Amino acid sequence: MEFPEEFKYTEEHEWVQVEGDLVIVGITDFAQDALGDVVFVELPEVGTEVTAGKAFGVVESVKAVSDVYAPVSGTVEEINEELPDAPEVINTSPYGDGWMIKIRISDPTELEELMDATEYQAHIAEEH
Amino acid sequence: MIVGTSGLVLNEKLLFEHSDAGRKGYSLTPLDVPAADLPDGLCREEIAGFPELSEVDVVRHFTRLSTWNYGVDSGFYPLGSCTMKYNPKVNELAARLPGLADVHPATPDHLAQGTLAMMYELQTMLAEISGFAAVSVQPAAGAHGELAGMLTVRAWHEAQGSKRRKVLIPDTAHGTNPATAALAGYEVVPIASEGVLTLEEVEAHMTDEVAALMVTNPNTLGLFETNIAAICELVHARGGLVYCDGANLNALLGIARPGDMGIDVMHFNLHKTFATPHGGGGPGSGPVGVSAALAPFLPGPRVVRDGEAFRFVGTQESVGRMLAFHGNFGIMLRAFAYIRSMGAAGLKHATEMAVLNANYVRARLEGGYHLPYATRSLHEVVFSDRDLPNDCHTLDVAKRLIDYGYHPPTIYFPLVVKGAIMIEPTETESQETLDEFCDAMLAIAKEAEMSPDLLHAAPVRTRTRRLDETAAARQPRLRWEER
Repeated sequence: MEFPEEFKYTEEHEWVQVEGDLVIVGITDFAQDALGDVVFVELPEVGTEVTAGKAFGVVESVKAVSDVYAPVSGTVEEINEELPDAPEVINTSPYGDGWMIKIRISDPTELEELMDATEYQAHIAEEH
Repeated sequence: MIVGTSGLVLNEKLLFEHSDAGRKGYSLTPLDVPAADLPDGLCREEIAGFPELSEVDVVRHFTRLSTWNYGVDSGFYPLGSCTMKYNPKVNELAARLPGLADVHPATPDHLAQGTLAMMYELQTMLAEISGFAAVSVQPAAGAHGELAGMLTVRAWHEAQGSKRRKVLIPDTAHGTNPATAALAGYEVVPIASEGVLTLEEVEAHMTDEVAALMVTNPNTLGLFETNIAAICELVHARGGLVYCDGANLNALLGIARPGDMGIDVMHFNLHKTFATPHGGGGPGSGPVGVSAALAPFLPGPRVVRDGEAFRFVGTQESVGRMLAFHGNFGIMLRAFAYIRSMGAAGLKHATEMAVLNANYVRARLEGGYHLPYATRSLHEVVFSDRDLPNDCHTLDVAKRLIDYGYHPPTIYFPLVVKGAIMIEPTETESQETLDEFCDAMLAIAKEAEMSPDLLHAAPVRTRTRRLDETAAARQPRLRWEER
């Protein structure tokens, strides 16, 4: 299971890739593995205001329905429009084509609250 | 072509595939009035794919399908959280009495006194069993009862002039609870449990914005919420109410009463706890019970006793009707017959046996399967697939159980246990049945070690092999098309 070093992570198993004041958000390899085959994805509309720690979308697998939480606050700048028609991409490429939304971050200090790859792996080990 | 899969267990085509033009299962008497044409535009020339069959084709079609069914009358059905207990046939006898079965719901009160008396007595018995002041039997199912309960909570708060908009829900509550709170207009705040809910966790989240805490007791891990009385006290002290999901009432009946614990609102699942048939999509029945302070806000009208007579009465404060009529009367009748035929001592004994059976299964399977919570179980027990070798998972165990002739338990729920296997045997199973089931479970754990392919391929002894649930969810085919 991979956890790219350059990403940041949340306790709720989202990953964050920072590109200037934009962040790209998806769910981790661990999350997609735990969920199993993803069959449905619901994403917010572009322009939606999201709040750190609050749900912005939904992923549904054959096992369960789960909320996906915003790692940082800001405005949704772009969504992965391919995803609703091809939710399986979250399983095959959680860090690549399976990205979910891009957020224009309103408070960059929120990024400091997130975990790095090592801390995230320790978090998974502790939780399970 | 008809091919028996196993002796006279018959395959069956879809009705569409049976169809032949001109076949029909009805005959009309000759027209004895002048024919009139229906207006143009109201009549179709043709309905694409409309099946045309004779009566015997239709009867055989559905009879054959019914032989593929599996129910609690055919075998063990340990579906956790669902309480698939045996439904005594005396309940069916009561439900079929013509004087009760044939009453029209619009019959005036004074001509339907027997049915009203039954509803009144059921309300009264449910109130006594649960320790609540008042019960409405109107809601038509569990989730419907939940909604009725949360609307009652909302109405109570509004009457106090309070505008609280959040509801706390622990991760061991039933899955329907967040949906109910949201539908009742609340924001859901998930809170964590450590197997059971702690006072500290509730205290940390119980602000003056919180309208209610929704708990399930015993919770979805089958564990009794040991802090419930203190939690209720705290929530009340901070101006909130406590809702209890009554789905697991089968662990408490005759032993403990939610009303006595300080719970303000609870729905019952007559179709679980009170032995009415379910599992085929209903009908269910989800009465809701409340404390005295909330009674005026209950859905109505409710049956009241007026001297020797019974009548429907509404209240000004009521959240109103949950249904056009009075609820699923046939299900109430079965539950009424169940309570009366069991009696107080019988209901208590059933609870004791339900808890004993779950703990028997737990004791026999511990060691074969990982038990994530060591706390003593009540009426159901949750295992996990953590220790299964060779890439064998909960789904494989469930599918393999079908080969052994058992309906699988609830799987992947509750979500707090990864790979959960949730077993609720209910009180009506004999030790022999439980032993056979546990033997099968342990044999499957052994197979996971020695021959995991058996699990991965399962089920292999069924009419259809393992279904591709992912493809079915991703590309659902929801209507028949000629191929």
